[in-house]
Amino acid sequence: MKLSGWGRFPMIEASLESPRSEAEIKTKLSTGTIIARGNGRAYGDSAIGRDKTIDMRNFNHMLAFNQHDGILEVEAGVLLSEIIDTFLPRGWFPFVTPGTKFVTIGGMIASDVHGKNHHKEGSMRSCVNWIDLLNPNGEILRLSATQNAELFDWTMGGMGLTGVILRAQIRLKQVSTGWIKQKTIVANNLDEIINQFEINQSATYSVAWIDYLATGKSLGRSLLMLGEHADQAHLPKSLLEDQYCQNRTTRYYMSFVPPFKVLNKTTVNAFNALYFWAGKRTTGTKFIQWNKYFYPLDSFDKWNRLYGRNGFAQFQCVLPLKSSKYGLKRLLEKTGEARQGPFLAVLKRLGPQSGKFSFPMEGYTLAFDFPVTAATLDLMKKLDEITIEYGGRFYLAKDSRMSKKIFEESDSRVVDFRNMRQETATKKHFVSHQSDRLGL
Amino acid sequence: MPVALIIGAYSDIALATAYALAKKGVNLQLAARDINRLQQTSSDLAIRYDITVDLIELDILDSDYFGDFINNLSPLPDIAICTVGMLGEQTADQKNLYEAVKIIRTNFEGPATILGELTNAFCERGSGTIVGISSVAGERGRAANYIYGSAKAGMTTYLSGLRNRCFKHNVHVTTILLGFVDTKMTAGLDLPKILTAKPKSVARVIVRSLERKSDVIYIKRIWAFIMWIVKHLPERIFKLLNF
Repeated sequence: MKLSGWGRFPMIEASLESPRSEAEIKTKLSTGTIIARGNGRAYGDSAIGRDKTIDMRNFNHMLAFNQHDGILEVEAGVLLSEIIDTFLPRGWFPFVTPGTKFVTIGGMIASDVHGKNHHKEGSMRSCVNWIDLLNPNGEILRLSATQNAELFDWTMGGMGLTGVILRAQIRLKQVSTGWIKQKTIVANNLDEIINQFEINQSATYSVAWIDYLATGKSLGRSLLMLGEHADQAHLPKSLLEDQYCQNRTTRYYMSFVPPFKVLNKTTVNAFNALYFWAGKRTTGTKFIQWNKYFYPLDSFDKWNRLYGRNGFAQFQCVLPLKSSKYGLKRLLEKTGEARQGPFLAVLKRLGPQSGKFSFPMEGYTLAFDFPVTAATLDLMKKLDEITIEYGGRFYLAKDSRMSKKIFEESDSRVVDFRNMRQETATKKHFVSHQSDRLGL
Repeated sequence: MPVALIIGAYSDIALATAYALAKKGVNLQLAARDINRLQQTSSDLAIRYDITVDLIELDILDSDYFGDFINNLSPLPDIAICTVGMLGEQTADQKNLYEAVKIIRTNFEGPATILGELTNAFCERGSGTIVGISSVAGERGRAANYIYGSAKAGMTTYLSGLRNRCFKHNVHVTTILLGFVDTKMTAGLDLPKILTAKPKSVARVIVRSLERKSDVIYIKRIWAFIMWIVKHLPERIFKLLNF
């Protein structure tokens, strides 16, 4: 069958297996290389095996929960959305969440995902107590900051290349409502948005939408959205009736792949202008529900189909703090010149690096979604080069097209990762199309 | 909140039914031969839906133990659902006495007698609902599956009798007639899509039948139509057919 990541590019002929027991996964180990796959939300080919792809979604059981400290033990295939559905009504929310809730815990660990609170609370790693990992010998190892610590470090952000993540224990965050108090700030150019990020470091959540159509003096014009979990005591009475926002989810569904790109240059540019205009009109503080704040796109099921048959690719890099301003300027200028209309342009301040191989580093991360065309692939290559010039690196969970050469130049940690893969014999057993492409 | 006992709890239909009931806040007693395989499911149900889940060992072929099994249920459930079934392999089993007996016992003797015992306890209490899973294969014997089919025919008849007997005791009996279902039991068989139900939709129908106190339900209504025709074919023609 054809498999792809969320970007629907590349589409690769793959053999997908859905084991129901750990014993079954072990037997697959002896029949060739494997890679675990969660809910397929990595954008590219991270979770498509060269030989076999192991669908982990049968492993979707919650195993233990301590309601006093919010410590939850789950199998790797449990979805973040299921965790929210189960625990938000009891006053718990994920500590770290990416921009979609339809990811598995195993995938979140493998990518060491970050959220809008990375600058303050760190990546997924900061809420994982331990991981159970199936190694090449078919043994199950418990990994934590104190037990098999080095392997724990490689596994957080290791893209499933250290073994199969079977279970984990994570910590949830106590909240008293499902509402987010959002404050929107308009920044008129790149200097202003960076300045705003820096002076708002104490905000729990922060993210900016960039109006990539703005050029010249307005380059980097953006809307910064800060967020805090609203406290029950401060919530307006009308909202308190739906304390955990359980009655307000409308979902839309893209039921087919359109023969043309709905998200093309024209529509995307119009959307961008409209979004900025609408955002500007609603600056200031308001309460919005968690679903809309964290997962605006999740309410539109299979929105990835809007890019048509060729799919789309996300470019996401992080630049070190000291070179961020100039690097971002170059990246935005290049994207603006190319006029290839990314649908999304998102900027976020990240905190320091914590894992051995995780994506985040102290600085700024910029993400663009592009429909896949010859022109955008070419543009992304240019963006790759600018990133490297400014000392940045790339997010493997989003990557679907980077060259091995670019990857090596961007990340000096690759050498150690490859050595680890040799020493632990994981290179012989856990292989994805991405690890093949990047020589991991 | 009511308590439901599910017998044969590791089957896909049982699992889907357990989740559908848990979602409604029903506490569960899950009985299966190997309860270790249900540990994860039981913790998952209890955590997600904030209900109690008991795991109880039960071998459907070990009827000596049925009395103890029922006495040890705490509490005696409000609902008892039996999903036990075993398809077997007709062409091999018709030449293998041991296997043929096992299929008849697993599909008829075991489920019928345990539900019979539970019904006695329910009647004594004066309330309760029994759900038995049978099959359209029991509506007419065919060369392709008459061992399984005849056992299911027995099951259907038994349930019908139970329902008739218990009506005045405020105990309700529902018969669920399955066609093809996409489960572990039928894995590898090439089933026509339009006639094949998913375990989840079977579970939905079971839960609905509990709410409506239905008597006999075909899963996928088209089966009622198909079986009507099959039942009414004259035997002289039927025996010539190859299906």
